[in-house]
Amino acid sequence: MPLSDKRQSKTAKAPHRGIRRNLHDALGTGRGQFGFALVALVVLVAVVGPFVAPHSAVEFTTAPYASPGGRNGFLGGDTLGRDVFSRVLHGGWVLLLLAATATLAGVVVGAMLAVVAAYRGGWVETLIMRGVDVGLAVPQMVLALLLVSVSGASLWLVVFAVASSQGPQVARVMYSSTQDIVERDYVKVARMWGTPSLKVVRREVLPNLMSPLMVDAGIRLSFSIIIVAGLAFLGFGRQPPAADWGVMINENRLGLLTNPWGVIAPAILLILLAIGANTFTDAIARTTLSESQSEPEPTADTAVPSE
Amino acid sequence: MTLTLLNPEFQVNATASSGSHPILRMIARRLGLGVITVWVVTLVVYWATMVLPGDAATAILGQSATPERLAALTRALHLDESPVSAYWHWVTGILSGDPGISLVNGQEVVSLAFPRILNSAVLVIVATLLSTLIGISLGVVLARRRDTVFDHATSGVTLAASALPEFIVAIFVILLLSVKVFHWFPSVSTLNPGEHIWNEPSKMMLPVLTLLIVVTPYAIRMMRAAMIEALNTEYVELAELKGLTSRRILLRHAMPNALAPTIAVIGLNILYLAGGIVLVETVFNYPGLGQELVDSVNNRDVPVIQFLVLFLAVFYVVLNILIDLVVLLITPRRRVSR
Repeated sequence: MPLSDKRQSKTAKAPHRGIRRNLHDALGTGRGQFGFALVALVVLVAVVGPFVAPHSAVEFTTAPYASPGGRNGFLGGDTLGRDVFSRVLHGGWVLLLLAATATLAGVVVGAMLAVVAAYRGGWVETLIMRGVDVGLAVPQMVLALLLVSVSGASLWLVVFAVASSQGPQVARVMYSSTQDIVERDYVKVARMWGTPSLKVVRREVLPNLMSPLMVDAGIRLSFSIIIVAGLAFLGFGRQPPAADWGVMINENRLGLLTNPWGVIAPAILLILLAIGANTFTDAIARTTLSESQSEPEPTADTAVPSE
Repeated sequence: MTLTLLNPEFQVNATASSGSHPILRMIARRLGLGVITVWVVTLVVYWATMVLPGDAATAILGQSATPERLAALTRALHLDESPVSAYWHWVTGILSGDPGISLVNGQEVVSLAFPRILNSAVLVIVATLLSTLIGISLGVVLARRRDTVFDHATSGVTLAASALPEFIVAIFVILLLSVKVFHWFPSVSTLNPGEHIWNEPSKMMLPVLTLLIVVTPYAIRMMRAAMIEALNTEYVELAELKGLTSRRILLRHAMPNALAPTIAVIGLNILYLAGGIVLVETVFNYPGLGQELVDSVNNRDVPVIQFLVLFLAVFYVVLNILIDLVVLLITPRRRVSR
């Protein structure tokens, strides 16, 4: 469960200093560097991998579950005798693309709904936030499963399912952040002057929303990676013989005793990615939080529900 | 997951009480909203499983289905009627305790799902109890040893561990404790028909351990933060000035005030586990609700999918109300208007 859910509402009180500055500050911390390095490493493997892989993803190169080394390849053979190393190199970029697309869609739509709800108020707010409640009433994985259930697994449906499970989560967090901002004097003044809503939102609300939005997007991204990989693992993502880290973990499970690398290698990459994304996000959350607090010791963990 | 502590509707306004008790009115309001939420969930579930694919009967049986089977299925799912009246049949069926029969083996959905739900409940309860115990004790220790090397190291580890995907944790648990290094526990939790999981506790070990690894880091982090907040209050400072022992300060003054966040964390963990069991049960072939859901999605067993998703939604809504209520009741200052 990446990070706590509560800290975003506090980060909203941070004065607007620009998201670039926050990222820069986060990279100045040990945690930020560690997280960023992990994410960069895995993304590099996924993006460059297909170009440097010794074999194609579906080529039979050795015996099923052949042990690593020599002619069997660096990581041995998989369940059908394909090269595990090559399949690992091929199997990341689609997964990352799906997770990133779903996150982007979920964050954009969720944040838009939240801003509209908090800014407009009234029945619009009630309607949107009750809709969000519905999305929150089912576990994310279950909601994604439900949406891919009968129509079968197409990649677009996976993106749609994951995005729809993320949208309500984003909306809930962004809603409270936006409420904080809408209540501030400069926004009230702008509205009283009769400034068009779109302009107020773009000039005054959105810039202040960027930091909490970044933190939430990071949390959502690590969740999306887990859900997309999980769906593939369950057989509702990319289909065999495609190389995909989630698919590989599932299809090579029976060979855990003979050649575990078909499972371990993709599993380690996914773990590194999840840990990296979570740690980097935590670093951003801490730097944005430290701006908003005057206390000498700003730890993100203390932003816990107590009041 | 909702952390509802900051919900506006959660702050009961005592001055506006006209007749009934404000807490009772809050409960009534939340129940009403919950019923509406569940009702909309039924619409979404119905839409996703029946209306979305166009011809549901063909989608379920596949292109090669015989006309007879198609006709039988069409009748069973009321597909020959309008979507509205088919939906009505389904909802009234569930309300009268009859959500239909499984398309795969003809068993009644309720008798199919009930033992599975029970097995999952055992898993969730055991994992919740253990993670709460570990979370509270470690959280308190860390809050007291705040900013020591031990604290910083644990903080890094729990942060990293809270990001781990549960099905990958499950795989490594199997590798370590079942097939590769040690051979302590079975890696598959399949049960004979009619057998209950609590009669074979060894088959629960690895699923419970996996869930623990996934949810405990979060419990530790939240507990540590709640305790630090409680230790920073004025009355704890006063207790220190009075010269009370640190043990007494911790147990009598700080911990009761960290109780509300703790309850909230326990609730959140249960909510998370209710979703987390899907993948974990599948990895271990654990005969619970999650594996049943994945199976039914694989087999396109629509009545079972519909029932299980709806069950989880009701569970979520009810648990959320319960968490809010308990937190409200054990935090006196919340009950008065501010």
